[in-house]
Amino acid sequence: MGMTMSQKILAAHANLKEVKAGQLISAELDLVLANDITGPVAIKEFKKAGVERVAQKDKIALVMDHFAPNKDIKSAQQCKTCRTFAIEQGIENFFDVGKMGIEHALLPEQGLVGAGDLVIGADSHTCTYGALGAFSTGVGSTDMAAGMIEQKCWFKVPSAIKFNLLGKLKPNVCGKDLILHIIGKIGVDGALYKSMEFVGEGVKSLTIDDRFTICNMAIEAGAKNGIFPVDEITLEYLNGRFKREIKAYYPDDDAEYDEVYDINLSAIVPTVSFPHLPENAKTPDEWGDIKIDQVVIGSCTNGHISDMRQAAEILKGRKVAKQVRAIIIPATNEIYLQCLKEGLLEIFINAGAIVSTPTCGPCLGGHMGILAENERCVSTTNRNFVGRMGHITSEIYLASPFVAAASAVLGRLASPEEL
Amino acid sequence: MKVEGKVFKYGNDVDTDVIIPARYLNTTSEKELASHCMEDIDADFSKKVAVGDIIVAGDNFGCGSSREHAPIAIKACGVSIVIANSFARIFYRNSINIGLPILECAEAVEDIKAGDLVSCDLSNGIIKNESTGKTFKAEPFPEFIQNIIADGGLLKHIAKRN
Repeated sequence: MGMTMSQKILAAHANLKEVKAGQLISAELDLVLANDITGPVAIKEFKKAGVERVAQKDKIALVMDHFAPNKDIKSAQQCKTCRTFAIEQGIENFFDVGKMGIEHALLPEQGLVGAGDLVIGADSHTCTYGALGAFSTGVGSTDMAAGMIEQKCWFKVPSAIKFNLLGKLKPNVCGKDLILHIIGKIGVDGALYKSMEFVGEGVKSLTIDDRFTICNMAIEAGAKNGIFPVDEITLEYLNGRFKREIKAYYPDDDAEYDEVYDINLSAIVPTVSFPHLPENAKTPDEWGDIKIDQVVIGSCTNGHISDMRQAAEILKGRKVAKQVRAIIIPATNEIYLQCLKEGLLEIFINAGAIVSTPTCGPCLGGHMGILAENERCVSTTNRNFVGRMGHITSEIYLASPFVAAASAVLGRLASPEEL
Repeated sequence: MKVEGKVFKYGNDVDTDVIIPARYLNTTSEKELASHCMEDIDADFSKKVAVGDIIVAGDNFGCGSSREHAPIAIKACGVSIVIANSFARIFYRNSINIGLPILECAEAVEDIKAGDLVSCDLSNGIIKNESTGKTFKAEPFPEFIQNIIADGGLLKHIAKRN
C-alpha cells in the first residue's frame, strides 16, 4: 500500500521503509518549539524530570510572542523563565522583543523549518509549516519537554483526507476563504486525528502565504497536520532562507485516503465564520446586517506580507468607520519593515487604523484589543470561541484581510465588492 | 483504580478557551488555574466541584489551543475523569501525559445526566451510572498508552525506559 506525504515524512524520521495508518512510531525531530505561555510549563516539567541538559540545543526554538511585549508582571515573569532557561541551555533560537515575531510566521522566515522536516511545537498552530512540505503538529508542554530531553516524539501514524484543488481563486478571495469554506464543509472535528493533504493543479495558483493560512487552520478541523506538496513556489520561498537540505515528498499514486474532496477554487466566495465555532462558515448572501466595533488584521493565520497588502489595497484612500477600532498587526519585524518600505503603514495610519508591534495579543484575548460586553469584532485570526477575545458575550467573525478591511470601512460585516 | 463522583455535563466542542481562558495563562500555578476552570462555560464550576467529580461531554472535547493548562486545571480541581464521545487530539495527548484519566464512550455519554452519581473502573474501562444502575464499557487504550499511564505520565515513562 502506498503512503501519503505525511506518512512518508514520518517513516523517514522513524527510520522505517514504510508506515501504516494507526501504527505507533517513535520519530526524530528536526525542531521543537514553545512560546511564552507553553514554554514555562515545559521548562517546569523538564526540571521536574531532573534532566540537566537539552539533547540538541540548536533544534529548539523559544518565541516570546503571546503576551509579549510583557503585558503584566506575571507575563514578564513567564518570559523571564524562558529567557533564563535559554541562556542556561545555550539555546540560540530564543526570540525576544526586537527579534521576535509571531512564531509560525517567524520560524519559516528565519529558515528554521522547511520541506521534509518533522516538527512539534507546544502551540496548536504549529501545523502551519505544512505549507512548506513539512510534517508539523501541535503538542502540549509535556511533549515539548520530552522533545527537549530526547529530540524524539511518539506518533500514531495518521490516515488522511485529500483535498484535490482545481482552478484558481477569484480576485478579492484568498486562502482564508478557502480554509473557512473547507472547515464549514467538514466541521471542527471533520479531520480529527487525520492529515489534510492539499494537492491538484490548483495548488500552483496559491501563494506561499495562502498555503500558510490554509495549513495554519487545519487544527480548526481537528487535524493532526495540513500539508502541501513542494513546488516552484515553495522552493522560491525556501531558497536563501532554509539552511538544511530540502526534501520533497509526494504521495504515492496508490496512497490510501479516507475521503477525497474535489474543490473548484473559482467557486469560492468571501467566507466568514460566525460565532462561536470556525465551522459556522457563511457566504455574503447569508451575512445580514452585522454592525461591528473592532477589526483585527494579523495573527499567525493572516499576519503575512500578502495579508498586509490585501488590507492596504482596500484601505488605500478610505477611512475606517467612526465607531470602529481597527488594529493591524504585522506578524514579524521583517514584515513590519516591508510594510514600511512599501508605504503600507502610511495607508493604514491615514485610514485611521493603528499598527502594532508583532504579537499574538488580541487573537487569544491576551492584550492589544480586548472586547467589552456584547462587542463584535471581524478578525483575520483563527478561533471564534466564546470569550476568546474578551467578554463572554462578545462575538468574533473570522474573515480574510479583504473582508476585515472592507468591514472596517463600512462599520459592518461587508464583502470588498460592496465598496 | 476506581473513581466515583457526581457528574457535570456539557455538550459538543468544549474548547480549551472555555476550560481555561487565556487571560489566566500568565501563570503555571495549578491552584490558580483550577480556580478559573470552566469559568466561561460554567461560571461557578470551581466552587461547585468536589474531589472525585466527573466531567461528561459530547464530541471533540478540548478542541482548540494546545495549552496543557486545560487538563492541568481540570485535574487540579479534583475531577477524577473526563468521559466524552471523542477528544481533540492535543487534549487527548496532554491528558495522558499529565495523568488525567479520560475515556471515550458514546453510550455512557448518551445515558448519563448532569448530577448523576457515576463510578468508573479505570483498569477495565467499565463505567457505571450508580443513579440508574446501567453499565457501559469504554474502548481500552492501546497498550503503548496504557504503559505511559501506568508509569505515571510521559516523562516518568521516558525515565523508566532509559
